Amino acid sequence: MTTYAAPGEAGSVVAFESRYDHFIGGEYVAPAKGQYFENPTPVTGKVFTEIARGTAEDVDRAVAAATGAAAAWGRTAPAERAAVLNKIADAMEANLEKLAVAESWENGKPVRETLAADIPLAIDHFRYFAGAIRAQEGGISQIDADTVAYHFHEPLGVVGQIIPWNFPILMATWKLAPALAAGNAVVLKPAEQTPASIHVLLSVIADLIPAGVVNVVNGFGVEAGKPLAQHPGIRKVAFTGETTTGRLIMQYASENIIPVTLELGGKSPNIFFADVASANDAFYNKAQEGFAMFALNQGEVCTCPSRALVQSAIYDQFMGDAVKRVGKIKQGNPLDTDTMIGAQASNDQFEKILSYIDIGKQEGAKVLAGGEKAELGGDLAGGFYIQPTVFEGDNKMRIFQEEIFGPVVSVTRFDDYDDAIKTANDTLYGLGAGVWSRDGNTAFRAGRDIQAGRVWTNCYHAYPAHAAFGGYKQSGIGRENHKMMLDHYQQTKNLLVSYSPDAQGFF
Amino acid sequence: MTANRVDLTEAARALLRKLSDQHGPLMFHQSGGCCDGSAPMCYPAGEFRTGNSDVHLGDLTVAGVPDPIAVWMSAAQFEYWKHTHLTIDVVSGRGSGFSLEAPEGVRFLIRSRLLTDEELEHLT
Repeated sequence: MTTYAAPGEAGSVVAFESRYDHFIGGEYVAPAKGQYFENPTPVTGKVFTEIARGTAEDVDRAVAAATGAAAAWGRTAPAERAAVLNKIADAMEANLEKLAVAESWENGKPVRETLAADIPLAIDHFRYFAGAIRAQEGGISQIDADTVAYHFHEPLGVVGQIIPWNFPILMATWKLAPALAAGNAVVLKPAEQTPASIHVLLSVIADLIPAGVVNVVNGFGVEAGKPLAQHPGIRKVAFTGETTTGRLIMQYASENIIPVTLELGGKSPNIFFADVASANDAFYNKAQEGFAMFALNQGEVCTCPSRALVQSAIYDQFMGDAVKRVGKIKQGNPLDTDTMIGAQASNDQFEKILSYIDIGKQEGAKVLAGGEKAELGGDLAGGFYIQPTVFEGDNKMRIFQEEIFGPVVSVTRFDDYDDAIKTANDTLYGLGAGVWSRDGNTAFRAGRDIQAGRVWTNCYHAYPAHAAFGGYKQSGIGRENHKMMLDHYQQTKNLLVSYSPDAQGFF
Repeated sequence: MTANRVDLTEAARALLRKLSDQHGPLMFHQSGGCCDGSAPMCYPAGEFRTGNSDVHLGDLTVAGVPDPIAVWMSAAQFEYWKHTHLTIDVVSGRGSGFSLEAPEGVRFLIRSRLLTDEELEHLT
């Protein structure tokens, strides 16, 4: 066991600056209006740095810097861009602990996860897109003996990216890596709840990127995000967040006729067929862990398996074991490597989760575990901690239908295959799902019948770069990860070329 | 009796007076989805385009705010919410998409209770 020293204390592997400005055109610049806002850590609730409060003037400046850099960056050889991405990955790897502790302090998540998942996944993501861009090919279509259609991938130009607070560095990477690989310049707005860790990342990688290719404007959604989404100088907006903001971003994008990619959340079903309990073996243990995955990242994951569907024949046994498993989740100081669940990212998130636990109880759902805030003493007393909570109820209840974005799972039972699929698909969303079965046929059929973009089959919460991620239904538009993501940051140039000396014959 | 689907706490009324002074007429749209979702978003009236896929839950009247504040939700989401009464409250916090209150260091929040049979009769 290791407990990392808190940033600001002696021996910490990371030191935050006392203030962060905007990163525009390769340098830090103060906000046009000179305003800053305080950034607390959810671990203790105390402020640890202050952040530039961006406005439309700052966004204009960043878009201008990106526009100035985009043409040259877009013309670089794929090998050159790949080399930059690989260097970014190497620098992150050399600073793994620093980035992991910064991310934990920023977001409240356990350092156990940032060390093993967030930062290693981000590193691999840069490497993946470094490889993908070098391997990408255009197309050639032979129209007739003398005519050829050449299809080239060209960058869009300047793209706007609005990053969520649940994985501040990893979600920024999901958007940055393909955009940069494809040859775009970026204006990125971090979430106002978690604006600082991206600057720790920049302190490690900024020197590797040509000035103006990556620009970071901090600030609030309404003051900085909105002018970015509306800016006539950007050629695409990528957003991860909630449905109403997603609709608003589409509305703004329609004003400039630009594409959007949206990832808007889910209410992912995690289905356990009866045969998972046919033996008390390694696979059963894995399935039990799969149930407990709702607590990963404090449940603040768009694909949180927040609805568990358990077949009636094994319900009592499986849930008995599952509740015991949840009881073993260790909650505490996020900087302790033994801690499995840390703090919710902000006070309002904490309050929202408690309001959902309240309506769950009012609707008659039974609390099988948790159901309260967690009172941690000492320095953590001011942080935002909630007990891992298991509800038993009915799929029509609001806790089964709305994204709570907390460590809360709502469990119901099903009788047969058709019943399971019907309940799984009875949701507005379709981002993730889990299927657990020892029978390959059942698992395959269920995976194909569930209306969701990612169906984890006998696993959950794995995010390899080479697997497409994105939503069906109201969960969004487009995909992230996988080389197909390059298409979302490129447009097609077709050269239609005639090699014939003869007139076409019209005039 | 009169019944409504949505109401405000005193703290929310006070904040709406302030936002109305700064931004003019206001509206709410209840968001689903992740991150800052499952929360009411406050915009200048007309900023968010509502349409056939939305339900108008009601108009809030606030002393000191000249125009009623319309509250909307997507119709699909309303199907799962229609048995509950909503009270818009305010908590300290940060971040709420493009909602107007975030720079104030606060955030609108929905508190819910089940509608009574009598209320449901009046509302349907």
